[in-house]
Amino acid sequence: MSDPLVRAVNVTKSFHHQEVLKGIDLEVDTGQVVCLLGPSGSGKTTFLRCVNQLEGIDGGRIWVDGDLIGYAERNGKLYRLKDKEIAAQRREIGMVFQRFNLFPHMTALDNIAEAPVQVKGESRAAARQRAHELLDRVGLGDRGAAYPAQLSGGQQQRVAIARALAMQPKLMLFDEPTSALDPELVGEVLAVIKELAGEGMTMIVVTHEMAFAREVADTVVFMDGGVVVEAGPPSQVIGDPQHQRTKTFLTRLRSEQHNT
Amino acid sequence: MAGSTEPTPAQAPVTTDRPGLIKAVPVRHPGRWVGIAVVVVLAAMFIHLLVTNKAFEWHFVFEAMNQKPVINGFLKGTLLVTALAMIVGVSGGVLFAVMRLSPNPVLSGVAWLFTWFFRSVPRLVLLTTMGALGILFQKGLSFGVPFDWKIMDWLGLSGDLRFATVNANTVFSGLVGGVIGLGLSEAAYMAEIARAGILSVDPGQTEAAQALGMSRGKVMRRVVLPQAMRVIVPPTGNETIAMLKDTSLLIGLPVITELFYQLQSIGSQYYKTFPIMVAATLYYLAATSVLMVGQYFLERRFGRGFGGGPRRAPKPAGVETI
Repeated sequence: MSDPLVRAVNVTKSFHHQEVLKGIDLEVDTGQVVCLLGPSGSGKTTFLRCVNQLEGIDGGRIWVDGDLIGYAERNGKLYRLKDKEIAAQRREIGMVFQRFNLFPHMTALDNIAEAPVQVKGESRAAARQRAHELLDRVGLGDRGAAYPAQLSGGQQQRVAIARALAMQPKLMLFDEPTSALDPELVGEVLAVIKELAGEGMTMIVVTHEMAFAREVADTVVFMDGGVVVEAGPPSQVIGDPQHQRTKTFLTRLRSEQHNT
Repeated sequence: MAGSTEPTPAQAPVTTDRPGLIKAVPVRHPGRWVGIAVVVVLAAMFIHLLVTNKAFEWHFVFEAMNQKPVINGFLKGTLLVTALAMIVGVSGGVLFAVMRLSPNPVLSGVAWLFTWFFRSVPRLVLLTTMGALGILFQKGLSFGVPFDWKIMDWLGLSGDLRFATVNANTVFSGLVGGVIGLGLSEAAYMAEIARAGILSVDPGQTEAAQALGMSRGKVMRRVVLPQAMRVIVPPTGNETIAMLKDTSLLIGLPVITELFYQLQSIGSQYYKTFPIMVAATLYYLAATSVLMVGQYFLERRFGRGFGGGPRRAPKPAGVETI
């Protein structure tokens, strides 16, 4: 257990000759919750997407549970993984998107049961049974038959979390899970994420919810301009930031959250 | 407050003065009545024409429609070829659309070439050319090792490496040729329609499916295509109706087991061109009406989860609800 579950070393990534990640180092231990904070365009979402290969990285390395992400290293040479192998790596990593991305043509229940059936080859009956349990767990036991369009944003996001959990991932990635929600729906989603954290799920959460980060995160990482500006326990990074950029960001965020 | 008989202050808690159910005089639409009158007069004129004009020769129209070769031509040449050509067209079109969007440049190049060729050739020209294709393969079409005679030559052997040979004319002419020709032509158009449908699906759907560990094929089959169908079905209904009518081009091959050819031959036999055209029109009108009903139900099926109606539900601004 001494090795971290996620280890990123000097990760770089450019879009159209613009470097958005300039050498990110990050470690997440099993059972830890890491919150990524930072202004938009700081690269936190891009970094998250790199961890499960929705984006490829240009430099550096990312390991999840000891597996090098996206490549195989043999005799000092890197070999790009095949689509199948990439899919296998993604199976271990759950992801929750800002805009939920539920499958609109399937009921909530089938959204959750789909991947276990199609990817793991579970029987549909067994997958649905587990989907029911997961829906119960996110407080939506009675909405299994509803299509995503019939659910509120908060309910959709909770189904999306259940869908990711159905694959029994080792790691959960949350990409601004509450940013697309009406303010009164934020709480129900954060409550589910908090509960998951309490159960020992390893998570990386990109968020602007300061109170949530303070309460749940073991480590808060503040990013700006494609680099990690500072990282540490929330009491330190949020409570007593050392860098001017962190201070400025937190002050602005607090005033915005007071205004809304 | 304006218009009230008693001067009551705003928000007055006098329950009797609070406005109740609205009983308003509806807006009058005199233009509609004029329109109805015009339509009624035109319809009356048309019906009068249908009933009284001797040129229609209705008894001949229905008699011609009832002839065995005509019904046979309608069932086989028109309906069956439409159905089979659309099956070839839709499945081929989806396949070529997926190929065209594939990261593999060979697949996407082949799909582009196919679409370019079959969209460029008019269907009548295509079918007529197919009817003449037999001349290229006078020894028949064989399935086996390519360039087998050369290979056998090099090896110093005689004989060939062909496993099955069919008469080229059975493939390229007749109803089979019609289905292949119209089907391939349709596949080229359907490829573009299916490509538009696939591109209309939010890329977030693909990402979500990939993040769950689904393979590229599963993402396409289980997540993208079912949603693309919502966009693909309406123009496909259109294409089916167009195909139904284009079966009248089968004469180019030539295929004579077909509605329009059969009706025309009766017409020229009895020198009655006009009633025959009426008979053909009635057949195509009936068949198209049935297809439109089918399209309605298909649209409803693939509109699941999108606000119930077959049409695209308007998305609320801001937060996406899909």
